[in-house]
Amino acid sequence: MVNYLLLYKLFLIKGLHVNFLKLIFIFCLTPFFAQAEQNIQEITLKNGMRVLVKEDHRSPVVVSMVWYRAGSLDEVNGKTGVAHVLEHMMFKGTKTTKPGEYSEIVAAAGGRENAFTGADYTAYFQRLEKSKLPISMKMESDRMQNLVITEEEFKKEISVVMEERRWRTDDKPKAQVNELFNSLIFRAHPYGRPIVGWMNDLQNMTYEDAIEWYKMWYSPSNAIMVIAGDVDTKKVFAEARKYFGKIPAYEIAKRKPQFEPIQNGSRRAVLKAPSKLPYIQMGYPTPTLGKDGISNQKEAFALEVLVGILSGTSASRLNQNLVKKTSKAVNVSAGYSMLSRGGQSTFEMYGTPSEKVSVVELEKYLKLELKNIADNGVTDIELKRVITSVIAGKVYQKDSVMGAAMQIGQLETMGYSYNIVDDYIDNIKKVTTKDIQDVIKKYFHDDALTVVTLDPQPLDKNKTPKGRPHAH
Amino acid sequence: MHIKIILISILLLLSNFASAALNIQYWKSNNGARIYFIENHDLPIVDINVDFRAGSVMDMKQKSGLASLTNHMMVLGSGGINEEDLANQFIDLGAQLNSSFDQDKSGFSLRTLSAKKSEAIDLLTLVLHKPNFDSQIIKREKKRYIASITQSETMPESIASKAFMKALYGEHPYGLPSSGEVKSIKKINKKDLQDFYKNNYLSNELSVVIVGDISRAEAEDLAYKISAGFPENKRDKVIPLVNYNKPQDIKISHPSKQAHLYYGAPIIKRGDPDFLTLYLGNYILGGGGFVSRLTQEIRENRGLAYSVYSYFMPYIEVGPFQIGIQTKKDQVNEAKKIIKKTVSEFIKNGPSPNELKRAKDFMIGGFPLRLDSNKSILAYVSMMAFYKYPLDYLETFTNRIDKITAEEIKSAFQRRVDMSKFSTVIVGSE
Repeated sequence: MVNYLLLYKLFLIKGLHVNFLKLIFIFCLTPFFAQAEQNIQEITLKNGMRVLVKEDHRSPVVVSMVWYRAGSLDEVNGKTGVAHVLEHMMFKGTKTTKPGEYSEIVAAAGGRENAFTGADYTAYFQRLEKSKLPISMKMESDRMQNLVITEEEFKKEISVVMEERRWRTDDKPKAQVNELFNSLIFRAHPYGRPIVGWMNDLQNMTYEDAIEWYKMWYSPSNAIMVIAGDVDTKKVFAEARKYFGKIPAYEIAKRKPQFEPIQNGSRRAVLKAPSKLPYIQMGYPTPTLGKDGISNQKEAFALEVLVGILSGTSASRLNQNLVKKTSKAVNVSAGYSMLSRGGQSTFEMYGTPSEKVSVVELEKYLKLELKNIADNGVTDIELKRVITSVIAGKVYQKDSVMGAAMQIGQLETMGYSYNIVDDYIDNIKKVTTKDIQDVIKKYFHDDALTVVTLDPQPLDKNKTPKGRPHAH
Repeated sequence: MHIKIILISILLLLSNFASAALNIQYWKSNNGARIYFIENHDLPIVDINVDFRAGSVMDMKQKSGLASLTNHMMVLGSGGINEEDLANQFIDLGAQLNSSFDQDKSGFSLRTLSAKKSEAIDLLTLVLHKPNFDSQIIKREKKRYIASITQSETMPESIASKAFMKALYGEHPYGLPSSGEVKSIKKINKKDLQDFYKNNYLSNELSVVIVGDISRAEAEDLAYKISAGFPENKRDKVIPLVNYNKPQDIKISHPSKQAHLYYGAPIIKRGDPDFLTLYLGNYILGGGGFVSRLTQEIRENRGLAYSVYSYFMPYIEVGPFQIGIQTKKDQVNEAKKIIKKTVSEFIKNGPSPNELKRAKDFMIGGFPLRLDSNKSILAYVSMMAFYKYPLDYLETFTNRIDKITAEEIKSAFQRRVDMSKFSTVIVGSE
């Protein structure tokens, strides 16, 4: 299925369920499409906290999420990873509860809970049988204002986070390539820093850093609650007023606009790690959709359709031309996120070359796919397929209450209105082959290119790599 | 690929129980296929899943990976329609075709708008009945399998998981890597795929689950169409018994930052009367996420790992009980000691009354969450269908959970979980 508005920026999840990791990823890959009749009701509490409710009565279940507009985007050098560390500390007790006590309460109510941190936001959620919603309200309102961070609990949890970094990044060559790629394509913008944080920063982080972060961003005025499921909207609003209405708001520090300087000249790096196969990640800076949903619309939607044509399905161009027809690669894909709070985005391509094909050659083949479209355009059938997938995806997403809540929360914390999805299909339909050719010509040139390749190293350091041409 | 398959299995295990109110219609086709139908017109969507007893347990050692490759090749061209056209025909309908595969089963699922269901179902039927098994594509996909296998040989999690299954199952098919080995994949040819398909895709071993916006008459028609294309063959091929008696202690070096530890033994198969008791007990020991004993001891009290878990994974034959953790290399021995202590205390004393109450509250109170979408209903009922669970399994579930006592959990763990027979695999040990 085509992954439109693919929010592929890495999430970090507190949870330890391996399957849950997949689950979150599935949500990220859910087509993100227009819902003409979203039926979302919203209020703003006196302290500035917003509450959005979407009723869905198919099943006696409710999803409750609290989103904070704070993520790694807001971090500063020397304290990278603190947004994610605080997310972990949010489970460590309040003035009136012990560490882990709320997790026990949620579990004993048959609920599932977790949290995740992205570059743009941090979110906490529970899935519960519908009558249990007050548990979530009580817990989230308590830890929004009464969190207790002790040095003792911090010391244990920071070790957990360092283990998470080792597992997620340090021992995974492709994750390391991605980390290097981001730091290369974004030199000034905070998107260049890993969400999990640099190991050195984690090693030197203190519990005071976590407290500082909490006091800076966890004001109700910086939070959005999203409730979806078998609920009565009026009752939810009443409960939200009761639990959150009296939490005092404080002023959130003014955020400075941050923009990456224009790139003049290609950037390349090589990462060495234990691996058998090489790998390439390459990309270009690209525009995102403006927060009004209108500015940059033409280009953002052209890029959105392009990524669908290149990589949306098993029969899309990259897979069809490079894996299936010519066997130049064993895997290829492309990614683009048209939405971001930080106002920056990238169009990226990834690939593992086949035996006897080098990463240099694969880079050339990937670029040729872009050039081919720039020169000859795409077909009407390809455009139509993207539209068909988006329309079907709109219906399929109705099967997931969690998906609906995720969509609302992501859009709103990134600074968009959830209403922008109403025009999504229409905007996709407007994209012409010329629009696509124009964005390729404008943004995909060698001086704006960033490339990171994986140079495979043997597991045994005493052996030298063999058998495959390496490109440096 | 191996790792991916295991993750999918865990997902199914954890989504194991469902709403009592689910109205499952069941019938058998005249050639023995079992059909499960849940009619629901809330959304204009139809979901279909079919499973065959054609998982990697049907592999022979010299050609391991054949079952997986057959499953994989079945969606790459059918009925003379080439791979690209077939994929595009589904896309043009807005329909989604997916394949799934694990030790026991080979499955295919279709999600379609109900407005397009008849065209989409015809395409699915073509995929199931007339795989092309095109020689050129087989050649290409074999190379991709080999690339993936050689890459997984460098990844500590894959190495550990493969070594663990080998330690538990030896030459038994459950000990073979699901996606095969470089050597075995190289040997597979077109005829092998055709023969495997002919011998293992049988109507009497087929379960079909249909969920959503479709009438009973249409569901019967579609089930007939699908099952009629497969031969009925009440074969004698029995899955070999698991013969495990020699625990192993395996250490494999790796330049990774973390060591990966797996610890456990083959314990239980599907349909075992102790399963629900062990499942509830394991929630307390290591299955219950943040609130399990293992997570408390390893993560919350000591900060030793991001993830530690335990689970029973029952197969048709005896499946593993497995504990897993990743931790910094110099902490792995400490972690192992704490895991051993935690498990042995649990076996010795069983759960506390409070732990048992909380576990039951979780299972019973969270019951509706297990079936809150057509997708989750499809996955759950497909598992029930494949393993031939009784139809009232869901209706009686909460009741049966409620009756389990602490003494029964202790007794089941003492009878079934013998730590002296556990094997250990550590990849990245110093």
